[in-house]
Amino acid sequence: MIKKVNTPLNEESARSLRIGDRVLLSGTVYTARDAGHERLYNALLRGEDLPFPLQGAVIFYVGPSPAKPGSVIGSAGPTTSYRMDSYTPMLLEHGLKGMIGKGQRNEEVKAAIKEFGAVYFAAVGGAGALLAERITDAKIIAFEDLGTEALRQLEVVDFPLIVAGDAEGRDLYIEGPEEYRAQHEIDADNYGGQLQ
Amino acid sequence: MREFDVQLLTDAVRRMAAQSNQILSPDVYAGLVRARESEDGLTAQSILDDILRNADLAAGKAMPICQDTGMALVFLQVGRDIHFQGDPYEAIQEGVRQAYEENYLRKSIVKDPLRRINTGDNTPAMIYTELIAGNQVKVSFAAKGFGSENMSQLAMLKPADGVEGVKRFILKAAREAGPNACPPIVIGVGIGGNFDKSALLAKQALMRPLDVRNCDPFYAALEDELLEQVNNSGIGPMGLGGRTSALAVSIEVLPTHIAGLPVAVNINCHATRHAEEVL
Repeated sequence: MIKKVNTPLNEESARSLRIGDRVLLSGTVYTARDAGHERLYNALLRGEDLPFPLQGAVIFYVGPSPAKPGSVIGSAGPTTSYRMDSYTPMLLEHGLKGMIGKGQRNEEVKAAIKEFGAVYFAAVGGAGALLAERITDAKIIAFEDLGTEALRQLEVVDFPLIVAGDAEGRDLYIEGPEEYRAQHEIDADNYGGQLQ
Repeated sequence: MREFDVQLLTDAVRRMAAQSNQILSPDVYAGLVRARESEDGLTAQSILDDILRNADLAAGKAMPICQDTGMALVFLQVGRDIHFQGDPYEAIQEGVRQAYEENYLRKSIVKDPLRRINTGDNTPAMIYTELIAGNQVKVSFAAKGFGSENMSQLAMLKPADGVEGVKRFILKAAREAGPNACPPIVIGVGIGGNFDKSALLAKQALMRPLDVRNCDPFYAALEDELLEQVNNSGIGPMGLGGRTSALAVSIEVLPTHIAGLPVAVNINCHATRHAEEVL
């Protein structure tokens, strides 16, 4: 089913989402990827304020391509999330409620999603032109020196996402392939062994 | 001897870098359409629909298919009867520089792997040169994203590991790439040669159109078998479950040493961007 969700997210709405839900997200999201996360993490360690309110925030892991004249943003698809895993539990502890990326998270991130009541959304990787259509505003709010990795505030309307990790600790990257193999009666010998 | 103005190289690279980043090549598009038809799950279908709509939109609006417009790779096959007027390598770098700036492509290259300052123009391209017969220059261009590059693997197997060992290693690499390499992926495999040549073969395998099989029936059969097994994993589009985990497995081989069996697996995403011109 398709659910309309607005940001900022509260714990109750984050906890109500389940893996496999298709979501159209609207509101403000913030962009950060490798270098941006390192800075946010170090700022939290030093007890400093972040450039945006983390409470209820959704972070989109993206380094967009440059905007053409007259465009809000260039292509803007998700980057692979695991590179942000070492920074993520602390961000969740400080109020982050949603992440948009692609690919599996580690056990620490999944545990923190469960503990703090958050949600991990997958966007379609490599669909940067399609996703850019749903971004109505973009501005750099910090770390401008990082270029494509600068921290941006985006406004999105009906941004298409799939819940990949939920607050019950479930993981669609595990359950989705398992379900396919069960439905098609494929055993481990037919694809070269266990996935995990 | 043909006198060859290197400006031709600049212009060709500039064209191919723009085109391959904006227009999905017909072999990849056709593979994705076939994949969409083969899926029976809603999530997989909707993801492939989005990927195809994205390709149409990018072509229509001259936008990059993916924001990771890649590291530029240029394979040069130079006819032995060519004499370059000017520096062909610098001409290629200039083509990359112009294309990435003019077309609003993302500049993703850092000058140093540890100190990580962006070069600002997506150079240097990685250039591979080979000598061939004749007086033409064949140029192949690829924009290689690193979500998939990061999932690539190399192993120095023992000859005793044989074809079964090779299969196990390739399936393991595909499995570990999982959702991270933006499936459905394209799997380039290099077997033989030595440590570095096997990796180069794997990369060259990725330049082959997806609908072309290895010309040796033994390896063509191995490609088909591996593709079926990878797709049995159920990883599916974007790793969220489904039939199409890979669009193709392409294998290239070279002679090797009696003591060795190098195998390299280079992985590409569903936005496999390649182009070729003969000058």
